[in-house]
Amino acid sequence: MERITKDQVKHVAHLARLSITEEEVDTFTEQLDNIIEFAEQLNELDTEDVEPTTHVLDIHNVLRKDEQRPSLDREDALKNAPDQEDGQVKVPSVLE
Amino acid sequence: MKFDTVIGLEVHAELKTDTKIFCNCSTEFGAPANTHTCPVCLGHPGVLPVLNQRAVEYAMKASLALNCEIAGETKFDRKNYFYPDSPKAYQISQFDKPIGENGSLEIEVDGYKKNIGITRIHMEEDAGKLTHDEYDDHSLVDFNRVGTPLIEIVSEPDIETPEEAYAYLEKLKAVLQYTEVSDCKMEEGSLRCDANISLKPAGQEEFGTKTELKNLNSFTNVHKGLAYEEKRQEQELLSGGDILQETRRWDDAKKETTLMRVKEGSDDYRYFPEPDLVSLHINEDWKNDIKATIPELPDARRERYMEEFDLPAYDAGVLTQSKNMADFFQETINEGADAKQSANWLMGDVNGYLNSNDMELADTELTPSSLAKLVTLIDKGTISSKIAKTVFTDLMEQGGDPEQIVQDKGLVQISDEGELKQIVDKVLENNPQSIEDYKNGKDKAIGFLVGQVMKETKGKANPQMVNQLIVDGMNA
Repeated sequence: MERITKDQVKHVAHLARLSITEEEVDTFTEQLDNIIEFAEQLNELDTEDVEPTTHVLDIHNVLRKDEQRPSLDREDALKNAPDQEDGQVKVPSVLE
Repeated sequence: MKFDTVIGLEVHAELKTDTKIFCNCSTEFGAPANTHTCPVCLGHPGVLPVLNQRAVEYAMKASLALNCEIAGETKFDRKNYFYPDSPKAYQISQFDKPIGENGSLEIEVDGYKKNIGITRIHMEEDAGKLTHDEYDDHSLVDFNRVGTPLIEIVSEPDIETPEEAYAYLEKLKAVLQYTEVSDCKMEEGSLRCDANISLKPAGQEEFGTKTELKNLNSFTNVHKGLAYEEKRQEQELLSGGDILQETRRWDDAKKETTLMRVKEGSDDYRYFPEPDLVSLHINEDWKNDIKATIPELPDARRERYMEEFDLPAYDAGVLTQSKNMADFFQETINEGADAKQSANWLMGDVNGYLNSNDMELADTELTPSSLAKLVTLIDKGTISSKIAKTVFTDLMEQGGDPEQIVQDKGLVQISDEGELKQIVDKVLENNPQSIEDYKNGKDKAIGFLVGQVMKETKGKANPQMVNQLIVDGMNA
């Protein structure tokens, strides 16, 4: 039985903003199908009374005080920006 | 055919912490672009967010003040999407275990009271600020706001009219301000509102297709946008058309909503538990500690003002709508001023001035002490209420001591009977026609004569005394 369709693979690629070829769609569909099949082994376990695990570490309430510390200099903050203008990151126009 | 309107509101409020929700950068508004960022809020690889305790406590405080149940165990989740205002390409939010659920807020509209359910309150981080350049083909991003703690407050679809939506927002803002968890300044974006609205045939159980409204940058615009949309949907349905699930933008210049985009399917955010943050357990002790910090809320204060100062419900309601106004009133009374007179000044002249100048109380020079003195000067008859209005403008704009201003400007009311009688006699002598009119039953003549005396005295004459002296003079 097919666990994942080509359309789903294309959709996920789009969500991740990945551009993939038709051949890659075939490859990934097969690979992802295998991954899901592998994970499906877990279905054999009865998890009826098991709380969902949200974190593997057995700790909680890691909090910090609301105290300011110096931020990056603007120049450093913008070092990774592809382009900048007036101290701001310049990006292709996004209009909703 | 009659329709029922169903409205749901989603309100985002920025929490007034000093630092961001997951890092120690400042949350100050209006700083130069990109000066409050660090590797954590910029989403650099390998960094770890650490939760701000105060942000959690403010979220808890707001949830408790809005009658929510607090989750014993809560956690954060990733909401994945690409947009240039989000450097990580995901937002840390809360999906299936929000900090607060099942709350409610009581509103009052046109004399009827109603409870609006609050589905949930969850914590999340704010995005950056995008500026679009219409003339040049690019946008600019300022990441200072990225990571500012937010709570999103989602109402049940219990709101049935644009008026109820407005009342809900006013009340919600008041509660958030009273609890001091948010500034709620819409103009600075620390309070934002999206609205959903749908219509269904009257009495039908099933909801109609809803549209979502954006760009509602004031409560007035929420009201206007919903009223417009309610009408538009009704006309569409009556003419046999269909409502499409779409996002519409309120255009304040054109006073209409325009289509932004049609929603295709549900959003695909692929939420999953945030692996960089551990869960949060809230025990009874912690909850009770926070509960103890909740101050008197607007409804309680309104009740108290009605009882303690014998104010009408309307007055007490207006005065307690904002915490600033309520505190100002309280302090004015503490300075010894008459409660009803102070209330009248605050609701009338002060509010009028603030509205017409688009200002907040804190932006003016008026203090509780100066207002108290002004009210007392009128009470004691030192100045007339007409003169008080000119002193009032000085107090708002320059500040100062009303007693001093009255002395310096020579505004003390003339209450000396001898002095007033001389002026009244002169006015009567010059206006025999008015006396004639009065004797022919035209009471309006008195008003004219009082006006003449006021003109002579530059408004300083004691009006009650002038009135009496004129009547006496004419009957003599």
